Order: sequence, then C-alpha cells, then structure tokens
Amino acid sequence: MELTSPADFAKDLVQAVQDYSVLAGRSMSNLFRTPRYFADMTQQADLIGFGSLPIVVLTGFFTGAVLALNSANTLERFGSLSLIGQLVSVGMVTELGPVLTGLMVAGRNASGMASELGSMVVTEQIDAMRALGTDPTKKLVTPRVVSTVFMLFFLTIISDLLGLIGGGIVAQFIFGMDSHQYWSSAWQTLMFRDVFTGLVKPLFFGFIIATVGCYYGMSARGGTQGVGRATTQAVVASSVLILLVDFFATKFLMAIFGYR
Amino acid sequence: MAAPPNAIESPLKSTESSASPVIVFDNVSIAFEDKTILDGISFQLARGETKAIFGIAGSGKSTILKLTLGLLKPDAGHIHVLGEDVTQMSEESLFELRRKIGMVFQESALFDSLTVRENVAFRLMEEHDLSEDEIERRVRESLSFVELEHTVDMFPSELSGGMRRRVAIARAIVTQPEILLYDSPTGGLDPVTSTTIVELIVKQRDVSRTSSLLVTHRLQDAFVMATHYFDRKSNKMLPLPPGARGEVPMGFLILRDGKIIFDGGVHELSVSKDEYIREFIS
Repeated sequence: MELTSPADFAKDLVQAVQDYSVLAGRSMSNLFRTPRYFADMTQQADLIGFGSLPIVVLTGFFTGAVLALNSANTLERFGSLSLIGQLVSVGMVTELGPVLTGLMVAGRNASGMASELGSMVVTEQIDAMRALGTDPTKKLVTPRVVSTVFMLFFLTIISDLLGLIGGGIVAQFIFGMDSHQYWSSAWQTLMFRDVFTGLVKPLFFGFIIATVGCYYGMSARGGTQGVGRATTQAVVASSVLILLVDFFATKFLMAIFGYR
Repeated sequence: MAAPPNAIESPLKSTESSASPVIVFDNVSIAFEDKTILDGISFQLARGETKAIFGIAGSGKSTILKLTLGLLKPDAGHIHVLGEDVTQMSEESLFELRRKIGMVFQESALFDSLTVRENVAFRLMEEHDLSEDEIERRVRESLSFVELEHTVDMFPSELSGGMRRRVAIARAIVTQPEILLYDSPTGGLDPVTSTTIVELIVKQRDVSRTSSLLVTHRLQDAFVMATHYFDRKSNKMLPLPPGARGEVPMGFLILRDGKIIFDGGVHELSVSKDEYIREFIS
C-alpha cells in the first residue's frame, strides 16, 4: 500500500473541508433560488422523520428509564428520591434527548444518504442529472438538509417526552414514587434556558447529519467499495461532529444565559 | 427503389457547415493525477454533422463528451458550445446550456428509483411549463421513436441492457436537443441490439438532423453510419446508393497519446497511409 506524504494528506484535508463548506453553503443558499423541490422535501421528511420514529421512541424511553434507575440509587442514599423528576427532565431535555436522538438519526440517515447518493455517483446518475440541466445540490441535497433539520427538531421533542415517561414509569413502579410528584418536579424544574438549549441543538445536529451524509455520498469514488467507505465515514464523521458541536453549543449557550 | 436519402436531399453546404460549428475545441488540455489525457486538441463539429471519436481505452474519448457538457473543466484551452465558452461559465449558467444538449451515457445512467416514464419525462418535468398531458404525449412520442412504448411503467432494473440504452436515447431526445452526445452506445451489446442502436442514431441524424458526437470502440458501427441513411418511407436504415458514399454528414476523429491523429471523412480514413490508422481500421 502506498503511503501518503504529510503534504498530500494536509492538502486533501484542506480540500475536503473546502468542498464540504461549499456543499453546506450551497444547500442553504439554494433555499433562496428556484426551483424549490417541495415534493422531494416532503418525501424526505417522511423517510427521515417518520422512518426514524421507532428508534427514537425506543431510545428516548429507555434512556429516561435507565437515567431514573441509576440516579435513584444515589438519590435514595441522601433521602432525595423526590429529585428524580428534576434530574430526568433536565438531563433529557438539555442533553441526552438531543444528542442521543442526533446520534440515532445519524446512524440511520447519514448512512442512508451517503449510500444512496454514492450509488448515484458511481453509476453516473449524478452526472446524468447535471447533463439534464438539473442541479443535484438543489434536487438532492437541499431537500435532505431541510427535512432533517425540521424533523430532528420534532423527533427530539418526542424523544424528550418519551424519556420523561420512561423515567416516570421507573420512579412510580420500581421506587414507589407518586406520579404527580414526579411530573410536577419534572415540569417545574425546567427553565426557559433548558428548553431553549435542548431545542436549538437539534437544528445544528440535523444540519450536520444531512450535510455530512450528502458530502460523503457526493464525493464517493471507486465503485461499490467506495460507496461502502463513504457510508462508514458519514456515520463516523457525523457522530463525532455532533458530540463536538454539542460541547461548544452547550458552552456557548451557557455563556449566553450566564449560568456558568 | 427506395426514396433518396434525406441527407442527400438537402446536404449541408460546406460554407454553412464551417460557418456555424456547434462545438469548437480550441487547444484543449486536461490531465488526471499528473497523467495527460488530452494534450492541446482542437477540432470542430459542424451543424448537422455526426462525428465518431475513436481511440484506445483511456485515450480521453468520454472526457471529450464531459468537457463538452461542462461536467469537467479543462486545464487549458477553450471549448465553445452553441457559441458559448463553457470553460468560462458558472455551473448555474451551464445548466441552461445543458438543456439544449442530450447525452446518452455509457451505462445508460437511468435513475433507478424512477420508472421509464419518469426517466424520460425528467427534463420536461423540471421545466415546469408543460401540462401533464403534453408531457405524457412527448414521452410516448420519444419512446415510440425507440420502439419501447410498452415499457413506460417499468423500472430500469426490469429492462435488458439494450432496452436501457434505448430508453437513455429516448430521454436524451425528448426535448429535441440541438446536440446529442453518445458515450459508447453500443458497448457491451450483442450485434443485433447494436444494429438497432446504430439505426436509431442514424434515424436521429437523418430525420432530426441533430449534430452529434459519438464515442465508440466499434469501428464497424461508425462505418455503417457513414455508408447508410435512414429511409423515412420504409422506416428503415438502408445502404447509400452506389457513388453516394461520403454524402451523409459523418466525420471521424482518432485520438492517440492525447493528440488527434485523424480528423476527416470516411473516404480519407479508408485511404489513410498512417500505419497506426491502418492497423486501427483493419
């Protein structure tokens, strides 16, 4: 196997960042240019949103349940079992709901986008689309980006709710806590900044999932092996970027709300 | 006796041909990863002419078609298509120009998630200014040209290789483009299917008078095109009458080591003394 020189590696990296930035920028600027593919957006919203619902529901429910289970043991030692509701609601709404939903949707949809677009690239369908006078970023990338951002927002809300339900079931049926107490503490502890933080993050994550998935798909080379590689890279890159952006977004929002 | 060939009925005058070339390559060079594929090539395609491009695998034949469409940008030189310099155009303005050009890709490149109807209608639907009925009529018309009207509701995966090529031709001609680009349209097909495809290309050339660039490995296909015409009355491809050889608007271009070593008609090709060309056509 031929080794890549550090200079070539650096050039490739810069080129990749540039190509990704151009694609991501065009996916947004296309919103202000005609034609706009509303039918494709609706179809993608169905595939991404409704299609991801089962994994998001299961992930949200069991994350909330296990969060309640783990924290209850610690809280019980200090006689603070009543705080389960607060802990689950803040944890789910600000952090676990958006991140885990983002990672699940990345695993399912970034890979799907990369493999679908990658297959189109290697079979010359993307070139055919350009030859037919249609901009593939308008027809294929922008609808996926818009749909993912839009649907991830609502999927995160569903995940948060299911997490709270999961935590509530554990609190009530395993630790014998009153359900009214659980829900009122969960509700009252949530502040505007928590909800805002939890709902801003999916917008970034959705953008990352779709643009990274589309970027790796559109830059796939080398037949079916290349498509496989693009799919794997899309999931890895989008997952790592979600965790990275989550840290900086959290820090930034904390600074804005002035609470750390 | 068959009716006189259409191409001979009103042949393009040489002055008209040279005065209005639809494609002009001017000193075009391109390299991929330090390997020079085209090295300062220049040629023209006259309006109404079909030019067959030959060369060994990797000689840059398909690259010429992609450069013509602006899918690739050359490292040097200029390419004028329908009077516009595609090397200087933005991707956005290229989309407008590409609507006047049809391309048949090597492996058909049909959209596999769309039906034959949707594939052929793709460009018409993108234009958003035609009614459903008009789109349907033109799709049917285009599919009947390639004699595949019955496949309208099928998916590309349900078609044979030859049928896919014919659907790709139908998709390319549905908007009646000014230029057609064929990338190995008969590659990998059996002789009978190849003849059907060649007949469709000749039909398009002689009936619609579309200017075309044709990349092929099969010299015999191009010779058939140069020695036959499409007879509208019998709806068949027929040999040119004796003495009429070279009267159809058909040219040949041979590439070697990134350069054009031959650019001329069938007669000049058959009498060429160049050893490589002799070996190539033997």
